[in-house]
Amino acid sequence: MHQDESEPERTCPNCHKSIAVSRLWANQNTCPCGYHFRISARQRIRLLTDRHSFRELDGDLQARDPLEFAGYEAKLETARISSNEAEAVLCGTASILGQPCCLFAMEPAFMMGSMGTVVGEKITRLFEYALAHRLPVVGCTVSGGARMQEGLLSLMQMAKTSAAVRRHSDAGLFYLTLLTDPTAGGVTASFAMEGDILLAEPGATIGFAGARVIEQTTRRQLPKGFQKAEFLQEHGFVDAIVPRKALRETIGMLLQIHGEEGRHENHAV
Amino acid sequence: MKITPYERVKTARDSKRPTAMDYITHVFTDFFELHGDRRYGDDRAVVGGVARLEGRPVTVLATEKGHTTREHMARGFGSPEPEGYRKALRLMKQAEKFHRPVICFIDTAGACCGVGAEERGQGQAIAENLMELSALNTPVISILIGEGGSGGALALAVADRVWMLENAVYSVISPEGCASILWKDAKKAEEMAANLKLTAKDALTLSVIEHMIAETDLGQPSFYDRLRAELSAELEQLSADSQLLQHRYERFRRFGAEQEREINP
Repeated sequence: MHQDESEPERTCPNCHKSIAVSRLWANQNTCPCGYHFRISARQRIRLLTDRHSFRELDGDLQARDPLEFAGYEAKLETARISSNEAEAVLCGTASILGQPCCLFAMEPAFMMGSMGTVVGEKITRLFEYALAHRLPVVGCTVSGGARMQEGLLSLMQMAKTSAAVRRHSDAGLFYLTLLTDPTAGGVTASFAMEGDILLAEPGATIGFAGARVIEQTTRRQLPKGFQKAEFLQEHGFVDAIVPRKALRETIGMLLQIHGEEGRHENHAV
Repeated sequence: MKITPYERVKTARDSKRPTAMDYITHVFTDFFELHGDRRYGDDRAVVGGVARLEGRPVTVLATEKGHTTREHMARGFGSPEPEGYRKALRLMKQAEKFHRPVICFIDTAGACCGVGAEERGQGQAIAENLMELSALNTPVISILIGEGGSGGALALAVADRVWMLENAVYSVISPEGCASILWKDAKKAEEMAANLKLTAKDALTLSVIEHMIAETDLGQPSFYDRLRAELSAELEQLSADSQLLQHRYERFRRFGAEQEREINP
């Protein structure tokens, strides 16, 4: 009886205290100590966008196994079941504080948000859609990098998405990136770093090469806080670190500043 | 006798193979090296400069490993730091300004993996090159002459034409790295190399490259003469393309778009 009433808990990897899951959820999956837990793409979208405003695009695209890579099909199946998503990114249109935008959110439970052909295709289509409809793009990244199991075709997605970002940018349209834990490899080295404004969640690991690989290669102890969001800001690679609870307000405000009206006024001068 | 993919990996890494400087010396005339990224430093893993190809002014960019241990050390083993990518970007923009085509030679295990490289924005440097190259308004031809290691190679290969030497390899990750991550055993690299489809023939099948360059006379005068002629002919064609940037966009746009149509008719 007593056990049924006891609430499920999670231990915070930062302060090592137990915290009730309900409290965690009420607190946008952040610990009172400030630690930000990873959240799913759907949670991310719910957190950022106006209620019921999200309309998914290209939700039916699913990866094949283009290289017939050993074990990949089974891995995809597991990823679909454990994440309950068709692929590692969700794309669509939404509004944030009434500002219309295109939005993508990567899914950590799907092969740690790795970018294969479908992720690259969905993000490219989103930027093309945003260009055609003259909308800004808000992109939330969580990714281990390019998906190894799709080999060169994954690598080519870095070029493909970057080219689409560039076209969107050349049309004078706004792209805001929110870097969350972790953002790495081929995603860092492509669309994650190509935003006009780069925001990061506190404590997020953001880098190109993996910390362990660097440690092994250089046989050097890594500096404290290496590749954390705060480290990137200190070195000039992130505009601002914004706690999760302030994200919606901040992004909404930045969308407003870059909105259609502001630009018209400027052109009129 | 059939050559396995992993044997090609080893051949591609052989330090006796011609490196970028050998190509630059033999294919071009009047090569003049330009140093520095005008931001922080000069990364010797990347070589850049102006030259002539059969008389036509061009910009040449390359990753250079060197042949001897001493050269390997001085060149960072051909793995560029962010400054290398930023130097390449500076020279690409310069090429665009003066309407010079860009020719890139790529031979790198990948971008430099180190604390300094991360502090100075390795990911950002590569990302910027991908974005800028996709819209660089001058013809670009990239040739993979040895190792084509992931984003560190791609940062010089968002081109109108990508060619590969017969024994060069091009991959999203090294077979050792991939085997150690997925199979927890770097010794299974040989098996992994076959999985990754990283040979020139694979790249041709996947349409990642347009042309595979035979190596029967690798490093001989006839080899460089042929390459020079092929480059000239290709530049002639590309220079006449009034839709160059649209075609470059489409060249990369198609990867992965095809299979989706099958699923989603």
